[in-house]
Amino acid sequence: MADAKRPNQLLRNLNAKVAAIPMVATALVVFVGCTIWTIVHSFTKSKLLPKTDFVGLDQYERLWKTNKWLISIENLAIYGICSLVLSICIGFFLATLLDQKIRFENTIRTIILYPFALSFVVTGLTWQWILNPDFGVQKIVRSLGWESFAFDPLYNQDIVIYGILIAAIWQGSGLIMVIMLAGLRGIDQEIWKAARVDGIPKWKTYIFIVIPMMRPVFVTALVLITAGIVKVYDLVVAQTNGGPGIASEVPAKYVIESMFKNQNLGQAFAASTMMLVTVLIILVPYAYLEYGGKRRAK
Amino acid sequence: MQNKYNLEGPQGTKPRKRLSGTNIMLYGTLLVVAFYYLLPLYVMVTTSLKGMPEIRAGNIFDLPVDITFEPWVKAWSTACTGLNCDGLSRGFWNSVSILVPSVALSIAIASVNGYALANWKFKGSEVFFTILIFGAFIPYQVMLYPIVILLREVGLMGSLWGLVVVHTIFGMPILTLLFRNYFTSLPDELFKAARVDGAGFWGIYFQVMLPMSLPIFVVAMIIQVTGIWNDFLFGVIYTKPDIYPMTVQLNNIVNSVQGVKEYNVNMAATLLTGLVPLIIYFASGKLFVRGIAAGAVKG
Repeated sequence: MADAKRPNQLLRNLNAKVAAIPMVATALVVFVGCTIWTIVHSFTKSKLLPKTDFVGLDQYERLWKTNKWLISIENLAIYGICSLVLSICIGFFLATLLDQKIRFENTIRTIILYPFALSFVVTGLTWQWILNPDFGVQKIVRSLGWESFAFDPLYNQDIVIYGILIAAIWQGSGLIMVIMLAGLRGIDQEIWKAARVDGIPKWKTYIFIVIPMMRPVFVTALVLITAGIVKVYDLVVAQTNGGPGIASEVPAKYVIESMFKNQNLGQAFAASTMMLVTVLIILVPYAYLEYGGKRRAK
Repeated sequence: MQNKYNLEGPQGTKPRKRLSGTNIMLYGTLLVVAFYYLLPLYVMVTTSLKGMPEIRAGNIFDLPVDITFEPWVKAWSTACTGLNCDGLSRGFWNSVSILVPSVALSIAIASVNGYALANWKFKGSEVFFTILIFGAFIPYQVMLYPIVILLREVGLMGSLWGLVVVHTIFGMPILTLLFRNYFTSLPDELFKAARVDGAGFWGIYFQVMLPMSLPIFVVAMIIQVTGIWNDFLFGVIYTKPDIYPMTVQLNNIVNSVQGVKEYNVNMAATLLTGLVPLIIYFASGKLFVRGIAAGAVKG
């Protein structure tokens, strides 16, 4: 690495290079090194300890035959699609509401955003309590006279993932709203004037003019939500711990349990590599858009 | 802009009546929305102030009749997590002792990183920065186990400092981005003038940059304090039960299968854990929004 002929080149800026050592180490050792390590070891038959007996794609084959993993993936798909659509719609809708030059804008924004300050554990436990069938929403509706009313998402295998979804939307939609609101505020007021002169109704202006103009904001929101979706773990642990049965398992939880509970490292590595692949599927087009777009624009 | 407005004279639509149909709908919707977002907080507070008989008899939306602070006392000092029964206070102090060094170390390192990236670019610095930013999107699960091995190698596995290092590593992408963007936005002349006066890397950092960047340090602190306080995953994996942070202990208290469920104590414990980020949130106001916007806007 050291260039003997031009020591100046290496010594110049030496302080900056020394100062950047933690960053370089994090980037290379943790983000690149550890990721590659995990991917490589996902092709081995590691059990309790990481080994290097390569077994090809065996771990992946086994993974995709494991019921718990399939349920995890299904849950992640349902949860992911719903929370993506709902977060974006609710976030945008709330942002447009706040953009109507209303009074108390700060107060309302503060109220909508405060759940975002809370941890997933707190969110999960709170909603576990609200959705408790013996004390929460179900009991209240029943006590109002609708005796057969049933709403116990956390104890019903078929809808448990939606119970988690409610909590997740409550926690995360404020963030999307803030991003969308910033996007709306970035729209040139002239556009609005022009639309009004042309007699275009407000809702049409939003859908056909403002939303297309806000594409980068939507892409950012999309990436943020997706990255959050794949990582979902603490919320499930706190709210249902994967139950009832294994009905609300998610991939992140599958990985951690294979790793630290079931001593099945190979499975954990294979599953986490699959998670990485999922993120890459989203991230690569985004990076392409981002950097391709920049090259075109500037 | 100013001139244009003057030229146009009076503008805008005809002043509307305050109670037009649209306005009623608008404020009605906002009221419902605010209600939905506030409901869980209301339920947490009221439940934590009721006694257990009252909870069993009534429903979760009722206001407490006999206000009692006993659940709070119990959650703080005697609630059980499996082995020990000294309440959440233990987790609180664990979290504090994790929080302080983690926040200090991560901000110190990231601010220097950002400063180097903004003003002292060297060959390859942008490449490392790009890796760092993309690294923020890698699911933590991918890196968990290799980090266990690394920590074990240096003897920090299961210790408080191990967790501090982990928090510093995973806080680095967002913080470095934050500081880099901030230092880049400062006028270049400032840096050049200091250079002409003979200040070096550290001299400029401590004497010119630091005094100018108090707001961004506050934003970084808000990001880190809430982020680290709310962390569950790293706490449960990289520490041992006696130094578990508050979130992990809270989960253990509430979801423990032994004994009778005391919902009021659980809610008091949940509120106690949420209190620190909530206070920061309500106290910091716009700076909190700026912090999350920094995470959203790419540099």
